[in-house]
Amino acid sequence: MFYREAGQFKTSYAADSAILPIRQDRIFIIALLLFAFVAVPGLASDYLLSGILIPFLVLSLAALGLNLLTGYAGQLSLGSAAFMAVGAYATYNFMLRVPGMPLLLALVLGGLSAALVGVLFGLPSLRIKGFYLAVATLAAQFLVEWVFTKFPWFSNDSSSGVISSPVLSVFGITLDTPAEKYLLTLAIVALMALAAKNMVRSSLGRAWMAIRDMDVAAEVIGIRMLRTKLLAFAISSFYCGVAGALYAFVFLGTVDAQAFDLNRSFQILFMIIIGGVGSILGAFLGAAFIVLLPVLLNLAGQLLHGAVSSQFMSNLEMMIFGALIIFFLAVEPLGLARLWQISKEKLRLWPFPH
Amino acid sequence: MDWLFFTEVLVGGLLAGVMYSLVALGFVLIYKASGVFNFAQGAMVLFAALTFVSIQAMGVPFWLTFFITLVIMVALGLAIERVVLRPMVNQPPISLFMATIGLAFFLEGLAQMLWGADVHGLNLGFNDEPFDVGGVFISSFDVFAAAICAVLVGSLALFFNKTRLGRALRAVADDHQAAMSVGIPLKQIWAIVWGVAGFVALVCGLLWGSRLGVQFALTLVVLKALPVLILGGFTSVPGAIIGGLIIGAGEKLAEVYLGPILSGGIENWFPYVLALLFLLVRPEGLFGEKHIERV
Repeated sequence: MFYREAGQFKTSYAADSAILPIRQDRIFIIALLLFAFVAVPGLASDYLLSGILIPFLVLSLAALGLNLLTGYAGQLSLGSAAFMAVGAYATYNFMLRVPGMPLLLALVLGGLSAALVGVLFGLPSLRIKGFYLAVATLAAQFLVEWVFTKFPWFSNDSSSGVISSPVLSVFGITLDTPAEKYLLTLAIVALMALAAKNMVRSSLGRAWMAIRDMDVAAEVIGIRMLRTKLLAFAISSFYCGVAGALYAFVFLGTVDAQAFDLNRSFQILFMIIIGGVGSILGAFLGAAFIVLLPVLLNLAGQLLHGAVSSQFMSNLEMMIFGALIIFFLAVEPLGLARLWQISKEKLRLWPFPH
Repeated sequence: MDWLFFTEVLVGGLLAGVMYSLVALGFVLIYKASGVFNFAQGAMVLFAALTFVSIQAMGVPFWLTFFITLVIMVALGLAIERVVLRPMVNQPPISLFMATIGLAFFLEGLAQMLWGADVHGLNLGFNDEPFDVGGVFISSFDVFAAAICAVLVGSLALFFNKTRLGRALRAVADDHQAAMSVGIPLKQIWAIVWGVAGFVALVCGLLWGSRLGVQFALTLVVLKALPVLILGGFTSVPGAIIGGLIIGAGEKLAEVYLGPILSGGIENWFPYVLALLFLLVRPEGLFGEKHIERV
């Protein structure tokens, strides 16, 4: 950026531990939030809102959850979609079976249910490490998928196993236009991102990073393994659960176990790889990238108009996806967030190289 | 309880387990030799099988097709080593693992782009007639697969334990940097390993392809092999076999005896839960190398 922090002195501990210590950064973030809350709902088309922005926000939230677990606490998980499914089904059932249950409370309860399931599948992490754990989390993925398709109680005995979501209303206001749904999602995501940012700066976040870097050493300096690891699983699953409920209710409009399959888990994993492992900003950048890439490839395909088949395009899309992941890991293992940081540092010194 | 039926299910499960072992073997091979958990193994199996079937469809005889596909697979392995792994030397294993997930996507796209996404039949010229051993019917194809698997495992075990190259491979798996510093040529070693992995993928693709038909679902074979892998331990060739047998038998028995109680469809998750239970007792799998951790 073309600004320096010269003249901005920290005169209190509070100023020293501020999230954004530089004034210009604060102004930028506030302007961005104002733009997102005030200008976007008025300016953006319905397609942009419900086709791109809402999935982007919801998937960012899920990526944020996985990033807390994998990026900060270092526990690789391939089952994030399972926790999303638990959140979605639990929220649905709370709203269905408890009369007068408000949406926000149901979302929180759905998230808590996902957290509970997360802790359950996090228990093996106390014994198992690394790839063994990654494969073990696949057990969550397949078991949860099976439970929701095999037991009709969860989908209210609907014959197809697919259920449409109830009417969404918050504080007596019914949300039915894309702009209103977008605002609900944005508010939840902004709040939870702020919470996550603070969490990773707290003692809990530092304990996670200590475990990630070397768990034996972390244990030696007195970090309680049981509590810290299980909290990582619980909080991560809570984020994923809320994201899953939003994905089902706000984006899809249906609750369907097929929407939370293994590919969704991989998609979220890719988001944090491309965005940046161990970075809050990275979750958003990665989600934006993964949501936008198919849209852009689609547009490119339309330009070629008929020259290539849709099958060719979908195969090409897969190849580009895979190649990009390899490219990012080889060139910049810390992802887009790191690139952003580097370019900021470069611009700070510009026009001098050092 | 019908013991004859039980035996039949058990034997069927054990033989199916050998097929899982075959996939797991591809993983163990690469893991043991380079410390990379190669998620793209399933995509390589699909690629090999699709390439084989497509070349055979041009009217090329079996052995020539086998040879051409083998050359392609080894070349693919070398290319993977050059393009994907070489830039990533000394990166943490988790980055390497994620890179192979990307590789899996790339190969699945490439295979279908080159050869199309149709389901192909694959006939190895082998008549799958069940034969009767004391009242228990056994699929002769499964026995054939088991025999091939046994030969592969035997030769790989010899290779790893008795040859100079095998020792170099194990050293590389232990620590890239240390291996390089004692003069082991990392690039060559990885090239060899990926070439051999291509060969295992081809054998695997042929056996599984003639069983399931050559189609996209072949990549899902990986998901069957993963529980075998963690059960047996990533670093153990015999572990892959024993793990495969346990998972195969356990899965089939659970499907038959537990399935009806739980309204079916349990074969997707049962192997994972079974493997998880074993892991809780032995965190490195049954035969995995014990890791001593130091601060």
